[in-house]
Order: sequence, then structure tokens, then C-alpha cells
Amino acid sequence: MTAAAPAQATATPKLELRGLAKSFGTLEVLRDLSLHAHAGEFVSILGPSGSGKSTTFSILTGGERADGGEVSIDGDASAAARAGAFAYMPQKDVLLPWRRIVDNLTLGLEVQGVKRAAARARVAPLLETFGLAGFEQHWPAQLSGGMRQRAALLRTVVQERPILLLDEPFGALDALTRTQMQRWLEEVWERYRWTVVLITHDVREAVFLSDRVYVLSQRPATVVTEVAVPLPRPRTLETLADPVAGRIEAQLLEALLG
Amino acid sequence: MTSRLLRLAPALALVALIVLAWQLYADSGRLAEDVLPSPSRVVSQGWENRGDLWSNTLPTLRATLIGFGFSLVVGFLLSVAIDFSAIVRRAFMPLLIVSQTLPIIAIAPLVVIWFGFGLAPKILLVALVTFFAITVSFSEGYRAAEPEAEQLLRSMGASRWRVFRSVRLPTSLPYFFAGLRISITYAVVGAIFAEYAGAESGLGIYMQTAKNSFRTDLVLAAVGVSALLTLTLFALTYVVERIALPWTRA
Repeated sequence: MTAAAPAQATATPKLELRGLAKSFGTLEVLRDLSLHAHAGEFVSILGPSGSGKSTTFSILTGGERADGGEVSIDGDASAAARAGAFAYMPQKDVLLPWRRIVDNLTLGLEVQGVKRAAARARVAPLLETFGLAGFEQHWPAQLSGGMRQRAALLRTVVQERPILLLDEPFGALDALTRTQMQRWLEEVWERYRWTVVLITHDVREAVFLSDRVYVLSQRPATVVTEVAVPLPRPRTLETLADPVAGRIEAQLLEALLG
Repeated sequence: MTSRLLRLAPALALVALIVLAWQLYADSGRLAEDVLPSPSRVVSQGWENRGDLWSNTLPTLRATLIGFGFSLVVGFLLSVAIDFSAIVRRAFMPLLIVSQTLPIIAIAPLVVIWFGFGLAPKILLVALVTFFAITVSFSEGYRAAEPEAEQLLRSMGASRWRVFRSVRLPTSLPYFFAGLRISITYAVVGAIFAEYAGAESGLGIYMQTAKNSFRTDLVLAAVGVSALLTLTLFALTYVVERIALPWTRA
């Protein structure tokens, strides 16, 4: 099943979760959850609704504490290593309605203590790629769903954290916009090669974007299977017509439906 | 502009109707003129005494604005303290609610006895009748903040104070303006109550003096002025809101 590239198999993963466990009262959410992502790898976590995917992200970003297990960054399991490691993009875009787009984009940098002018200078070169040039002074309410989602992603990547955590970023979009956004994200990712962990319940999205896909079980979540996606990049609409893609999709669906 | 006037038309028509009925009843002579003065008499006598009315309006306006400003500061600080500490909330909330049950008519003379005829008792009474709506509306507003937004800020490494400043406080502003409009309608009345209990000048003491010399027309003229004052302050809150919350117009 595990078919990571040989060069990566020996390297220390950028991110590694080992034996993560978490319960809320009597409700066991995570049980012995282990997964990893190498530098520059696009990894997806696929799981049924309410299977604890978002709880996993909460643990990574410090919103929740795990009851057991370890999270290490470059092999370092200390809290300090974890502190600045993640940039998180939530399910909803959560653009703050009282900040203009540019001020939303610099929010993470401002929290880090970067001065306003310096933060804007770091956002500026990304505006074109993210399709937001000319919209800096708009209010979030004036943007379409797709644009808001791109703004939320820009706000995430501009923090220049080593690992991006994307929590169902396109879940709220209509089908057509979602497909456009997936193609766009694949293109942009090709250019920047961020280390990405994507949560999704969309099998096709996982196949189209990922290098590797983890399938989680129902609660308590644990990894059921791990599938490599050896499809060539850059990926296009034809990629999805590739029989290999179809086979992987079927394999993932089968694992999901158990 | 014309559409706004059109929207006001029903209210203006109702007022005109009431004033007309009042005028006709007063003209019928069933009640003596100094018991129920006609609206036209109220207006003409008010106009004749406009110098006195104006010089008594200014102290009331000043007491209202200073008292209300004080109330804003206190109300806001209380809301912040309550938001940051559950113990402060549990300690203060019952007391704040009891403060709103005090009969102002009984309290006002006491406050004047304690603090004299100056500005202090007026500030206190205006604040007493206005701060509660401000504190409560801020508090409700903080709690309306999106948990996802707070989680996002924390994932960026934000402190509790930073989350408050960047998410909770801005979320609360529309709630605050709703509370502001409720409390500002009490502000002028609060100042007049304080003056009624004892003052050197102001609409409250003017009403009392006019009443004691059976000038019901001048009492009503002063009532009209205080109503205008409240309406003006009320309208101003919309202007301030438009300027302070530009994103709500987007």
C-alpha cells in the first residue's frame, strides 16, 4: 500500500503523528492515529463526517490537547517545534467582515507582530496568483464564494509556516466553483510545493490533488488505509479520466464504505 | 431624501392628528386654559420664552453628554471585565441588575443631598439609567463572536487580549449600537430627573418652577424641547454608526 518515493522513505518526515488519542468525556474520537507528511508533499485525510478529522487539526494548532501520542516536526516532538509550524485554513473562510480584504490577508502576519506596511509588502506579490489583484480595498461581503476562499488560502500561505492545514476548504462551494478551485489549487501548489495536509470527504478532490491519501475509520478514528496517487503532474481534467485515477477512487471509496 | 421623508409621513401624520385633537379639545373650553393649554399656546409661549428655554437647555444637554460619556466608559470597562473573568461576572451581575430596579424618583433627591446642586449628581444619575444597556449589549455582542474566527486567531498564535481586540470587540459593535439607542433615550430623562430634584439651572428645574407658578404651557414647552433633544441624539447614533461601521454598508 505505502508507495512513497524511495528518497522520501528514508528521510525524516516534515510532520509525523504517532499514536494520537483523544476523547471528549466518554466519546472516544481518536484512537492510535498515526500519519505523516514529507516536505513538499500533498497529503489528504479522507474520512466520514464526524470521524475526528477536525479534532486532529485542533490538536495540531493547539486548540485541543491530545490524551496520548506524539506530534513531531522534523523529528522534534517538543511543544516549541509545534508552536510556529502550522498555518491553518478553516472550513468556513472566516474573513473578518470589518476588515478590508488586504487587512484580512495580513491578519496572521499582524498577529505575529509584523508591521502593517511590511505585511502588505509580503501579501502584494501573491495577489495576482490568487486572483485578488484590484480587490484589496473591497470588503469581504463584496466578494464571491470562490474569491473569499482564495483570500482565505492567501491569508494562510502568507504566514510562511512550514505546514499548511486545509480543513475542507472547498466544502461550502457549489460544484462548478469547487472544480475550478481544485484545478487552480493544483496549479498554484505546483509552483510553490508547500507541505499540505488537506482534510476532505470528497474522494475525487483527494485523488486530484494529493500525492498520498489516508482513509480514516468511523469514530474512534484511526487510519484504515493509506493510498499513494502516482498520477503525473501537472494534473488536468484528463487526469481524472486516467484509468489509474478511476481505480484509486474506487479503492478509496471501498475503504471509506468499509 | 424624498423617500426618507415619505417614510416619515405616517409618523408625522399621526402627530398632526393628535395635536389637532388636542387643539380642538382645548378650544372647546371644557378645561381652564392654565389646566390644559392648547398646543398653539404652548408653541407661542415657548417661542416668547425661548431665551429662558435655551439657557436652561444648555446645562441639561451638558449634563446629558458628560453623564452619557461617563456611562459609556464605565459600561464598556465593566463589559470587558465581565468578559475576561467569570468571577467578576458572577460578582457584579446581580448588583448591576439590582441597580436597575432602584426607583429613580426616590434616589434622585438623595443623590442631590449627597453630591450637591452641581454637575456630579447629574452625571451619576444619567450614568445610572444608561450604563446597563451598554454593558449588556457589549456582553451579548462579545458572545456572538464566531468560534471559528477565534480558533483561527489562536492558530495564528494570538493572545486572549488579541482575540478580544480583533474578533470579539468588532463583532459586538452592531450590538453596542442597538444598546446605545436604547440607553440614549433614558439619558435626557435621567438628567431632567436630577435637575428636578435640585439644580441651579436646567430643563428639570425650569419645569418645576413653571409648574409651581401654574405655567403648564411652559412646562409643556420644556417637555417638547427635551423630546427634541432626545430625538436628535437618537438620530445622531445612526450617523455615528454609519461612520464607525462602514462594512455594514458594503
